[in-house]
Order: sequence, then structure tokens, then C-alpha cells
Amino acid sequence: MSERLTAAVRRVFGGGDGLQGLMIQVAAILIAFIVGAAVLAVTGYSPVDAYVSMASGAFGSSYGVGQTLTQATPIVFTSIAFLIGLKAGLFNIGIEGQFLMGAMGATLAGVYLDGLPWVIHVPLTILVGMIAGALWSLIPAVLKSRFDAHEVITTMMLSYVATHFTSYLVNYPFKAPGWVAQSLKISGSAELPRILPPTQLSAAIFVAVIVTVASTYFLQKTIMGYELRATGLNPSAAENAGISIDRNILVSMALSGAVAGLGGACEVMGIHRRFIQGFSPGYGWDGLAVALVGGLNPVGSFFASVLFGALRSGGMIMTRATGVPLDIVKILQALVIMFVAAPKLIRALLRRER
Amino acid sequence: MTSAIQMVDITKTFPGVTANDNIDFSVDKAEIHGLLGENGAGKSVLMSILYGLYKPDSGDILVDGEKVDISGPSDAMRLGIGMVHQHFMLVPSLTVVENVILGREPTVNGVTLDMERMLRDVAESCKRYKLDVDIEAPVYQLPVGVQQRVEILKALYRGADVLILDEPTSVLTPGETEELFNAVRELKADGKTVIFISHKLREVLAICDRITVLKRGKVVGTVLAAETGEGQLAEMMVGRKIVYEFTKEAECGLEPVLRLEGLECLSDRGIPALRGLDLDLCGSEILGVAGVEGNGQTELVEAVMGLRELTGGSVKLDGQDITDTQPKTRIQMGVSHIPEDRHKRAIVPDFSVLENLVLGSQRDRFTRNGVSIDFAEAKRFSTDMINDYQIATPGPETLIRYLSGGNQQRVVVAREFSRDPPVVIAAQPTRGLDVGATEYVRRKLVEMRDHGAGVLLISADLDEIWALSDRVAVIYEGSIVAVKAVDETDVQEIGLLMAGGGNE
Repeated sequence: MSERLTAAVRRVFGGGDGLQGLMIQVAAILIAFIVGAAVLAVTGYSPVDAYVSMASGAFGSSYGVGQTLTQATPIVFTSIAFLIGLKAGLFNIGIEGQFLMGAMGATLAGVYLDGLPWVIHVPLTILVGMIAGALWSLIPAVLKSRFDAHEVITTMMLSYVATHFTSYLVNYPFKAPGWVAQSLKISGSAELPRILPPTQLSAAIFVAVIVTVASTYFLQKTIMGYELRATGLNPSAAENAGISIDRNILVSMALSGAVAGLGGACEVMGIHRRFIQGFSPGYGWDGLAVALVGGLNPVGSFFASVLFGALRSGGMIMTRATGVPLDIVKILQALVIMFVAAPKLIRALLRRER
Repeated sequence: MTSAIQMVDITKTFPGVTANDNIDFSVDKAEIHGLLGENGAGKSVLMSILYGLYKPDSGDILVDGEKVDISGPSDAMRLGIGMVHQHFMLVPSLTVVENVILGREPTVNGVTLDMERMLRDVAESCKRYKLDVDIEAPVYQLPVGVQQRVEILKALYRGADVLILDEPTSVLTPGETEELFNAVRELKADGKTVIFISHKLREVLAICDRITVLKRGKVVGTVLAAETGEGQLAEMMVGRKIVYEFTKEAECGLEPVLRLEGLECLSDRGIPALRGLDLDLCGSEILGVAGVEGNGQTELVEAVMGLRELTGGSVKLDGQDITDTQPKTRIQMGVSHIPEDRHKRAIVPDFSVLENLVLGSQRDRFTRNGVSIDFAEAKRFSTDMINDYQIATPGPETLIRYLSGGNQQRVVVAREFSRDPPVVIAAQPTRGLDVGATEYVRRKLVEMRDHGAGVLLISADLDEIWALSDRVAVIYEGSIVAVKAVDETDVQEIGLLMAGGGNE
């Protein structure tokens, strides 16, 4: 592999293995689909029909593309949030909680900071969402840097706390009149516009693209990103070079939480326009897996999110068109994650083919 | 007579490097065979292939004249090949016996461990090969030299007839080295074959029957130890004559550049490691710190760099108290550090050469706006450093972990010395390096001194201290027991002081 090409891929995708890493990622996904085809065939469905209708459902029409991107948007945020923590060596698995706190923060800002022009209200609402997510993730960060509390435990537990706390808020203090556990609608000046009706696709997708580009730049080009990666890859050497480990724990967790919170804010501002109890089917948790599938870099995560979005939107079309149960989508997702998590297996398979 | 081991036409390439290039290598039965070469010459790779850790791209391996396929260490062990790695693979909390039998546990009935047999077997091996080890002691309590014997026992217990020792003396004191050599001779007398990987000429000459020299992945030649000498071997390894002698200077200004007063701190295990250590380092001198490992050297370095909390004492740089400053501040004030453990402290293996060269200066030299890293400047700098320090790498973007140890160290030295520091803390700067790289690093240290820097050289290698130092300080149990000008003392005196035999 030429040095320059590998370096270029490494710059964009950030991984240590460069092009080889990317190839393994793609191969893992392909193998997952091949195994998925076998599952389909064994259960008596035509894999070709299923995949064709899934692909055309996901990408064959502007409606399909809209739905795919709508589904992908929140996972772009949560997967990038997760990998920012991981780059500093932190397993922030409480993305779901930070996502919900961000959504709640944005909802309250959207509902109660009324009467502002949208040019102020939209960024302000987004900012409140990011701060809410960041503050929530700073709790485990402080616990870790001060008391050595392991972040896997604290972030996960705080995630459950966030689920129930936000759910309490929309059931009692901020409940909108009616039967449903939901907040009031945010004011129109805080909404992100829909950009492809009748789909729910909103301007949030642009925010997701900006976050993808910005986080790539941050990790690869900035001093903070560099120090964060050094800390994650070899804390002792980072410390020796004068980099404060504790400070990096706080920075990376705050950023991770902010991006998760931003995701929650965008979901509220673009799709639901209010906080509905249980509106997230587990976007935060999906983020962990998608970040892995994306090779732990922002650009890869973006595409992996689109893949997962396509599986969901295309899956529904496939079910309607061919009668294949929607469960095959879950199986495919699981297979993709499984093969991506087993790079050694993929490497061995690739070598055999050669 | 058939060879114990024959490696025929072995080739192994890694991205950008041919580590082994059509290597033919054979070892006779009951022979001590030295494998000599600079770092990156391909010694370790060749032995890793023999031990099944790497698969060669092409070539054959014959054991006792029969072609074999070794696809993992378990295959190697089955064929009677054992390896003692440079970094030990022991479980610190288990006893010697438990470590030795690990993976090959004798049982009474397939379930219960046969403790008696374990003890008996291991004690017997100890006696047979004259390896003196307290077999019921937990491994973490043992000195490095003894831990190495445990590794040898482990290999023998697994039925090794051919024993590969990878740079076995790099962690030993002179006394321990002598003991190791006795054990190796004992093994030979018992009919075992030993492959001795090293870059220390004198040791290879002292212990081996034959010596094979590698250079840049190729065999330069195989010679009989009795018919060669240091000069010839060094030339074979490097391809030119080597100079180890440096001129000494001993001028010292009025104010030391670095003054350590009454340093006290705890080790990782919470035991006092430094006990009131005093030391003055002048400008334009190399001050060697001699001592048996584990007498506070690591903690001394960490205390100077601000990486370890002090329980007492002060650190002054150019008369300014820096006891309470962050490591970052000290680096910016010009304290450079070559860490003793390269992989742990000095480099980020998954960073590129460029990113490793930037490490520590990312906030000053390599930024223009204080936010992002100036990669154009970093690239220019890296290219310069790669040329100036002759770092063998496909390019600045290559991950540093693909480089040999010597080249990794060149990156570290380049990074640290390019800051033009008034104080250099060099901890075991040539550990694990080959002749060429060692000479290079040493010359750079002398160069720094000649530029006016104070160099604190912490080394377990007395030869190195002798070759470089203007003054020698002896560290024993966490304090400096003596400081002598090099021409007013001798190795015997220093050796005695190192062992705690000093009475001031």
C-alpha cells in the first residue's frame, strides 16, 4: 500500500490501519449480508427479492432517501458522541441519557424561551441542549477524575436515571394537557424546518453533517483533539509529555455529552417538536454499535448511520412488498455488528480468498 | 551431523520493510549460537518465526533434519523449541512453581493439582541446571535476574531442547549476567541447544560457540567465536568502524542547573522510594547515576519530571523552585526526558512518526493560533529530523510501532534534543539498542553536554556510565551515597558502593 494513500485514508478516517481498516469494515458488512441471505433462503424467502426491495425502498425514491436519512440522523450524533469519548480511552456508554437530557433541555428552551426570532431561538435551543448533555456527562467525568469511579458503571447508571427523570418531567411538572406523557409543543421559532416533505427529514441532517466534519477536524487537526487521542492511546506517554490526563477526561466527556445532547435537541426540534416519553427507541445505545461499524471515526460513523437508517426504512418497504418479517432487519444489524467486532475473523477470511 | 534447527531461505516482509531477506540460519545440537545484529536487523523477527509468532512469506524450517510447519508457539513447544522473551511473561502474584507449571499443570486425577509433584519436578530442574531460585516465593518479590531464571525453567519444563534467549542480559546486572552464563553453560553440558540473541559483542564472544551476524534482514556471515573479535563483529554489524571513546570535561559553574534537595517520595507500592536524596547537576557535564535497579532510579526521574508526588524536598531549575509545577511547565522550561521505558512513557505506538515528534510541543512549537496543529510545519520538522537523526522509516506518516526499537529511540532523542534543553534526563537511553544506535545516542548526549546542557544519565550499564560521565553518583536505597569525579574512582569502588558497601 502506498504510504501516501494510506496516510490520506488515515487522515479522513482517523483509524490506525488506514485503508486496510476500511476494507475490513466494508468486508464485514458484505459478509453480514451474505449470511443474512442464507438466513432468508433457509426460512423460505428469496434473498434477491428481499434485498432488492429493501434497497429500492431505502434509496429508490426521494421518499425512501428522506426516510433513510431521517432514521440515520440521530445515530450520527450518538455514534460520534461515543467515539469522541473512546478516542480518549473512555467508554461513555451512557450516551442515551445524555441524548435524553439534551432533548429535554432543548424542549424546555424551545417551549419557554418564547418570543425570540428564529435566528436567535434555534441556536439558543441547540446550545441549551448541548449544555444539558454535557453537564450530564460531566458527572461521571468528575467522578472518574476525582475518585477513580469507572465510567462504564457511572455512565450506564446515569443513563437510566436520565430516562426516568425526563419521563417524570413530562408526566408531572411539564406535562401538556391530555392523555399522553409529553411536553408542550416548542414554539415555531425553535423548530428546524422539514426539508423533504412528506418525509420527516429536517435540517437536522445538515447539523449532523457539520458535526461529522467538525469532529473529524477536531480530532485530527486541533491540539485538543491530538492530546485527547494521545491520552487514549498511551496515557503514560501523554502524561510524560505534559498532557493532563484528568483534564482530558473532563474535556472528552463534556464533548461527548454535548454531541449526544445536540442529537437529542435536533430530534426534538426537527421531528417531534416536543418531548414525548419514550420517543427514543434507544438511539444512544445504537450509537455505540454504529460507531464500531463506522471504524471509530466520524466519517465512517456517518456512513454506518446511513446504513442502519437504510436497513430500517428499507426494511419496512421490504416487509410490505415481500412479506419478509421485519425481524430480518434486526438480524442483519446484529450480523453487521458481530462481524465488525471480529476483525480477526474478517482478516482471516480475506486472506483465504486471495 | 544434522542440525538441531535449520531455517532455509526465510523471507518476511512487513508494510514498507523487508525484515528477513532470504535468510539461511542453522544451529548445531548442543551449541550456543549467537544471533547478533543491530536493532531492526531482523533477529527478533527471525526468532519469532521459529517460535511460531510470525508466519514467513517463504522459506522452510527443519527441526532435527525434518521439515516442520510451525504456526504457533504451541507447535514450537511441541517440537522442543522454547523462548525467553525480553519482556517476561510471568504472572506476578503467582509463585515460581505456579508460573513454571502454568499451562502444563500436573494433576492427580485430571482435576486436582498435584502439588507435590509440581514442587518435586521444579526443584529437580533447578538443581539439575544449577538455577538457584526460591521456588515457593511469589514472582513479584524476585529480582529481575531471578525472574529470568523462572522463564528459563518454564521453557525447560515444557520440554525445550532448543532455547531462544532474546536479549537476555539487557535487564541484568554484571553479577547476574555471570550467573546466567553459568546456567547457559550448564544447559549446553546437558545437551541443550541455546540461541542467544544479543547486540552486546563482548557477551556474545564470551558465551557463544558460533555467531551469526545479521544486517538489514540479511545474513552477513557466521563465524566461530574463538576465531573472531569485537572489532570484526562490530564491522560486520555496522559495516564500518565504531568509536566509543569520548572526551571528558568537568567544568562546573557556580550555580547548578538542577538542584535536588532532600527528595522524598513513595513507590507505586507505597513504600518509601526516595529517602532524602540530594544531587546537583551542573551545566556542561554528564552526571552518571549508577545503581542496582530498583534503588529509586525510576522515582528519581519521575520526581524531576513532576510525574510523581513528593512527600518532601525540593527541585530547583536554574535556582528557581519548580517543586510544585506541572510536567508541562517543566518541559517548557527546558527539562528534556528520555524515559527508561520507551513503550510506556516515550512514544504513542499507534501515532505516526510525525505525531510522536510533535508530542510535548503541540502547544508551542507546532501551533500558530493556539487551536490547531500546524501540520505543514510538523511535516517539515519531521522530514528534517528523519534526515538529521537518520531515522529509518518509510516516511513521517508511518506508525511508529512499525519501526525497530533503535529507530523509535532515535525519534525520541530527536524530539527531546531538538528543544535545545538546558537539562536532559536520560534514563537507560541505550537500553535494548544495537551498537550503531547506541553509539549515536551516546554521541548526541555528549553533543548536548558540549552545547552546555546538564545531562543526568541514569543507567544500569556501568560501561555506559564510565564511557560518558564526567562525574558519577551512586544511588542506593533511595539516596545518593557518593558522588565522585570519574578519574578519581574505579569500577570496583563504584560497584562496592552500588551494593551498599559504602561508609561515608
